[in-house]
Amino acid sequence: MPNTISPIEAATGIALQQFLTVAAILFTLGAFGIFLNRKNVIIILMSIELMLLAVNINLVSFSAYLNDITGQIYALIVLTVAAAEAAIGLAIIVIYFRNRGSIAVDDINSMRG
Amino acid sequence: MTIAGFFFYLFSIVLLGSGMMVITARNPVHSVLFLILAFFNAAGLFILLGAEFLAMILVIVYVGAVAVLFLFVVMTLDIDFSELRAGASRYLAVGLGIGLILLAELVLVVGSFAVAPGAIQPIPAEQVTNTAAIGRVLYTKYVYFFELSGAVLLVAMIGTIVLTLRHRVGAKRQDVAEQVGRRREDAMEVVKVQTGKGIS
Repeated sequence: MPNTISPIEAATGIALQQFLTVAAILFTLGAFGIFLNRKNVIIILMSIELMLLAVNINLVSFSAYLNDITGQIYALIVLTVAAAEAAIGLAIIVIYFRNRGSIAVDDINSMRG
Repeated sequence: MTIAGFFFYLFSIVLLGSGMMVITARNPVHSVLFLILAFFNAAGLFILLGAEFLAMILVIVYVGAVAVLFLFVVMTLDIDFSELRAGASRYLAVGLGIGLILLAELVLVVGSFAVAPGAIQPIPAEQVTNTAAIGRVLYTKYVYFFELSGAVLLVAMIGTIVLTLRHRVGAKRQDVAEQVGRRREDAMEVVKVQTGKGIS
């Protein structure tokens, strides 16, 4: 009979589903933030960071509950990509503001050919 | 409730509350500060899960670099944020609908989720710390991922520099070739000044 109770759950009394629920709510908050701040690119970037954080919580909690370190490696990679994405996104915002004097998303369609 | 359970609820509630404040705060500087608070609480959750290394990396990378970068950009750009917020209520209903549907789906998935029998790996006989466990596989089994993420960071660095670098005309810059190529004849001349005349 394989064990179905993870050692960390036996030790702390917190179920895996509780972590997954927190991550799900945080992911939804990030998605909702994109709708709520449709014009403000900076807050949209922050919402994306929140969603990536929720994904990381999922990966790490699965990794901890299944006793498998691979999830944490993936979380590390996601962290790297998120940092790179934030740097490039903010650089684009800075040059866009330098050229146009505003960061309203609705004006960006001027790049359309 | 165990101590771990108490801290789980504490970290989760502050995490979700600050996540809510990130997307609703009027002032974007407050948004960034709440983002930092959210990252700290997520790091607390990671520590509860036994992932100390990732918790510290989260604090160093996110709070130390990404959030400060956000703060820098928010405070550098002179933007009227109240203007950006106008008309947001038009999308509120749509966003709320999609958000609720997404949340309902995720909660349904999580609620019906069960760990497959045999999926939980046995604890290895030799106990190592979390950092050592990551290091053992990161540089051996997942070394290509590791190097690929290094390449991603390099591309991001070069891209950011290329995007933001600009050559302004009229800016005073150091020109080493011109400095080295300067001769005495170009730089100075000896003038015989006649008494009472001055130099014209």
